[in-house]
Amino acid sequence: MANQGLTGYRRANGAVGIRNYVVILAVDDLSNAAVEGIAALVPGTIAIPHAYGRLQFGEDLELTFRTLIGTGANPNVAAVVVVGIEPSWTDRVADGIALTQKPVERLSIERNGDLNTIAQGARIAARLLQDASEIQRTPVERSEVMMSIKCGESDTTSGLGACPTTSQAVDRTVLAGGTVLFGETTELTGGEHLIANRCVNDAVKDKFMAFFNDYLATVEAQGVDLLGSQPTQGNIRGGLSTIEEKAMGNIAKTGSVPVVDALEPAVAPSVPGLNFMDTSSAAAECITLMAAAGAVIHLFPTGQGNIIGNPIEPVIKITANPLTASTMGEHIDLDVSGLLRRDYGLKEAGDQLMELIDRTINGRLTAAEAIGHKEFVITKLYRSA
Amino acid sequence: MSDELAFLAHQQGDSVAVAVRDVEAGKARLAYLDSEDQIEIVTREAIPLGHKVALVSIPAEASIVEYGEIIGSSRGQIEAGELVHIHNIRSNRWQIKA
Repeated sequence: MANQGLTGYRRANGAVGIRNYVVILAVDDLSNAAVEGIAALVPGTIAIPHAYGRLQFGEDLELTFRTLIGTGANPNVAAVVVVGIEPSWTDRVADGIALTQKPVERLSIERNGDLNTIAQGARIAARLLQDASEIQRTPVERSEVMMSIKCGESDTTSGLGACPTTSQAVDRTVLAGGTVLFGETTELTGGEHLIANRCVNDAVKDKFMAFFNDYLATVEAQGVDLLGSQPTQGNIRGGLSTIEEKAMGNIAKTGSVPVVDALEPAVAPSVPGLNFMDTSSAAAECITLMAAAGAVIHLFPTGQGNIIGNPIEPVIKITANPLTASTMGEHIDLDVSGLLRRDYGLKEAGDQLMELIDRTINGRLTAAEAIGHKEFVITKLYRSA
Repeated sequence: MSDELAFLAHQQGDSVAVAVRDVEAGKARLAYLDSEDQIEIVTREAIPLGHKVALVSIPAEASIVEYGEIIGSSRGQIEAGELVHIHNIRSNRWQIKA
């Protein structure tokens, strides 16, 4: 598809971002005070504190590293200051981000202390921020702007309006050669056969079903099921009765295109098209993993009104619930409740969403960005040592 | 009866439809997402925005169909026009264990 006036930031490795952040990234929970101290001294940078990074091991540790490295590597990020308690894991994260060829600096707190670290980090961050401010937007193609999708606080209006509208954007983006990530493994329950049947070949189908069965086995190994948690109390208040019904609404946002691959969490897709990623259905965990895989713009259909944002990936909220649109307007980017009244059709709602996506790519702040929602949550696979 | 659209059903053949506004008991207009057809139904009770109404009489332990797919089973007999929610349907996948 021809360029439609889209602009973005083309990074040294060729990846395209739509924002130009300087990030102060904590390797571990102990470094949160330092990254927040640096960002307080250099307004315009973004601190990313989080709760983990100590005494993790095995697959859980690898996922944390992959998430932190992917966050720094995301093309919405121009430059990174990595701060950890000790140098070894700090180097691992900083070296991983540096593979993108973007500016990465590192500081460790042991044998230095928080206050020296903050002072040194602030001087570095100020220089990186000045340098980043000179990076210009250039024309980009839709196919280069990686998108992710995940819905939240769903209700029956999600399946009737917000998710089908999102579906329009998924199909149009993929048909333009783009890449879209979806996940929410448990929220496919009852409709997993529909996703399996859309996989491009048996290898992808087997990978997808292995992720799905593994998640259910994990739940069952706890001796419980997800009744009471799925659907959530918010879902039930909004009229959703069963996980199967919730799954059908969830799947309604994935478009009609084939599923080209099934990915481990926070792994960058290698094939353009609609990619499944094995994620939790919790909004902050899911979007954090998708951003770490390189997604730069997120579409978030909501029914009852989930208010999620992300520090580095703009999140566009779409609702078809007229009550949510009227009572939570500051969180909503696109109101498609007219679909429920049949004031217009799905194609027109899709046109409205594409126009909003384009404006957001070109720099318009989302509702979540405007009011400062920056939820960043690492997915923990099991308890630490 | 208000002539304003009251319910949307995903597909012809679904056993439930969703209220697109708060609907009082009585006659109400229903549209299908997969066609231009509109019909009139009669609700036996108020159906709040986002909640479902039974379009047909459903016997106990029968499949509930929405989106053309099975989304659960009835707990007991459900009459056409009644509210359909967690009090009278359940998941086929996750159930309270004995």
